[in-house]
Amino acid sequence: MADVLLTIKDLKIEGRAGDDWLPIIKGVDLTLHRGEVLGLIGESGAGKSTLGLAAMGFARDGCRISGGEIDFDGIDLRRASEGKKRALRGRRIAYVAQSAAASFNPAHKLIDQYSEVPVLGGMARSKAEEEAKTLYRKMQLPEPDEIGFRYPHQVSGGQLQRAMTAMAMANHPDLIIFDEPTTALDVTTQIEVLAAIRDIVRDYNTAAIYITHDLAVVAQMADRIKILLRGEQVEEADTRTMLAAPKAEYTKSLWAVRSFARPVAPPPQDAPLVSVRNVRAAYGKVDILHDVSFDIHAGRTLAVVGESGSGKSTVARVITGLLPPREGEVVFDGETLPADYRSRTRDQLRQCQMIYQMADTALNPKLRLRELIGRPAYMYLGLRGRALDARIRELLALIELEPDKYIDRLPSELSGGQKQRIGIARALAAEPRLIICDEVTSALDQIVQEGILKLLDRLQRELNLAYMFITHDLSTVRAIADEVVVMQKGRVVEKGPKPEMFAPPHEPYTELLLSSVPEMDPDWLSQLLDARAGKT
Amino acid sequence: MHAVVVMILQRLALGVLTLFVVSLVIFGATELLPGDLASSLLGQSATPETVAALRRQMGLDQPAPVRYWAWLTGVLQGDFGVSLATRRPISDMLAARLGNTVFLALYAAAIAVPLSLILGVLAALWRNSLFDRIANAGALSAISFPEFFVAYILIFLLAQSGFFPSMVRLNPTMSLGDKLYVTFLPALTLTLVVTAHMMRMTRAAIINLMASPYIEMARLKGLSPLRIVLRHALPNALAPIINVIALNLAYLITGVVVVEVVFVYPGLGQLMVDSVSKRDIAVVQAIALIFASAYVLLNLTADVLSTLTNPRLMRRK
Repeated sequence: MADVLLTIKDLKIEGRAGDDWLPIIKGVDLTLHRGEVLGLIGESGAGKSTLGLAAMGFARDGCRISGGEIDFDGIDLRRASEGKKRALRGRRIAYVAQSAAASFNPAHKLIDQYSEVPVLGGMARSKAEEEAKTLYRKMQLPEPDEIGFRYPHQVSGGQLQRAMTAMAMANHPDLIIFDEPTTALDVTTQIEVLAAIRDIVRDYNTAAIYITHDLAVVAQMADRIKILLRGEQVEEADTRTMLAAPKAEYTKSLWAVRSFARPVAPPPQDAPLVSVRNVRAAYGKVDILHDVSFDIHAGRTLAVVGESGSGKSTVARVITGLLPPREGEVVFDGETLPADYRSRTRDQLRQCQMIYQMADTALNPKLRLRELIGRPAYMYLGLRGRALDARIRELLALIELEPDKYIDRLPSELSGGQKQRIGIARALAAEPRLIICDEVTSALDQIVQEGILKLLDRLQRELNLAYMFITHDLSTVRAIADEVVVMQKGRVVEKGPKPEMFAPPHEPYTELLLSSVPEMDPDWLSQLLDARAGKT
Repeated sequence: MHAVVVMILQRLALGVLTLFVVSLVIFGATELLPGDLASSLLGQSATPETVAALRRQMGLDQPAPVRYWAWLTGVLQGDFGVSLATRRPISDMLAARLGNTVFLALYAAAIAVPLSLILGVLAALWRNSLFDRIANAGALSAISFPEFFVAYILIFLLAQSGFFPSMVRLNPTMSLGDKLYVTFLPALTLTLVVTAHMMRMTRAAIINLMASPYIEMARLKGLSPLRIVLRHALPNALAPIINVIALNLAYLITGVVVVEVVFVYPGLGQLMVDSVSKRDIAVVQAIALIFASAYVLLNLTADVLSTLTNPRLMRRK
């Protein structure tokens, strides 16, 4: 075709590891036409972002482009001078980063950051501001005339992501690289951003490379999909073909990943293990939780669902005693727990353990696994010497890591999924009856998520554990929950057994949450938006 | 802006409290000094009666809390008392000296602050280049030599050849140009001593930010390296830089005794050392309090300025 915009041939990129250079991208080809949206899919570490940046002729510090060709509209980006590449970036090729909150400069107002490149290019400041407001309006930002004059910390994450897309649009570029632009957002916010991005890319006939690990998202956005695995291309096809008839085994495994679901359990007959009763809690003067009540039963999983800021994690802090509530109480196995963890007995503390979202930051990087896992066993159960060693090995075996191989490793020598398993083993070491899982799978790739969910499920059956599973991911809820609590703005809006929650009728907010989870159908977003527009 | 005013008032109140504690420490420390002013003034031949009489006359026979109270109330009214050695009012002795010290400190700061900022920014911009290495090595050498050594090297290079005077003779009628000329060598010495610290903090604070996502974003917007450093990194690096500058300014006011001695510069530091050796406790106390105030004020200024540079603290959600 004549209107090819970007051609990448046999691209190789290496990253520095000590004195060696290790391959990150191992010979990838890519062709992009004007106005076309290419979805780039893969797990983290597959090289998606590296490839996206290479399309701008850019390699991060510690990386180098070591082979192949990059041709952007007749310009050889491998041989072009830095000055020539700079002249393209921000003008003809723009970039939208994963976390807009981190990628906007905290020291400058949004509109100043928008205007920077246009003004350097010779546009009058007032004209740049006018254009910014037009784009903010197009991106459906609230108060488009004023929002630009705020600093990044004054604007919400979803709005920042749209403001960043507007900034990328500033010079009507030919190509935009979207690097996981909605991954950090709640499902309900994600819809708005996806719709805004899709419309503006169509209106301006901009070509885009849309990088994500979420298949359902890319199905809405892309004309074609390309799949990467460890720096190599697996397959490429137009979106509908790819969704309907994936060829490669790896692609099929990606498509099948959401298959895990546990059988529906009969309603519980026993008394609840934990009862949260009429809890009102506050940070400072502001009430965060209003009259929150729910039960958790032994051997069952309660999923607490809601957007960020809905109070999910605050409930966990109340149960663990980190945040004593203003009113209400937490009853554990028939007795009321002291509100403050400092007043609880060691045995009360032992019974309730936590697993955290970021295994990276939740594990002390200086301690070996032996100490990380052994410490609660030593502290709560008084194990030492040979008995402690045997227990640590038993726990490692329980989380499916070979004890002899792993017991003396540091967290930095583990993968993300393995680190999360260590977080699980550490919680288990205290022999708790309740484990609070705070977004434990949201930082992980789908295949790794699947493994963690299966492990948690097995452990629950073997040890009769109660789980409180905090998440914003409804597909995880579908997979693992027995009961569901939906929270919004610090209140419980709906609660009940899972089958009821996923079958209509719903509370309006639950309905909104459920309908916002992207589906694989490429027409899903359009139909949803039409349906919502029809209703209002 | 209201929040800032409240913050300044709070910090001022804290500063006053700090100074109060410092005044206690100063007074307590001078109490611990061995020896007695009256006997040292009168010499070895003095009889116990005359020493006692002099002590009574100077108020030294009063209990310490009473003398502290009298001293504190005097200081609050701007009266530091009378020098025990020269019998002159201390306020008069201090006024000229303080002016000289502040003049020299400002002079050195006016050279050192812009110099170290520019060197630091350039070193960060051309990280690991030859320029970076030379600037770092030079600054570190200057800070590693003792101050008097730097001073003598400068005298050897610039005063022996007759360009600048090696001794500073100030008189009130001098024009500003003359004053700048005769104090050039001590100012240059101090510049060499304080530049390294500020330059390296500027460089480190900027480089520390160069890995952040918004710097990568700036690079992907096609901005030039200089613009990235000046407009995107520097504004976010100001807080640590301002604090280091404040500490160095405080040092310029309080820590320059050696340089004053070498250049025979009539500043506060010299007066303090003289007073200690003469056991003129009243003067020592007064100067120590001035030094403490300088530290408190400069740190207060640094805190306020760092807050002003951070929109996240200035404008709440």
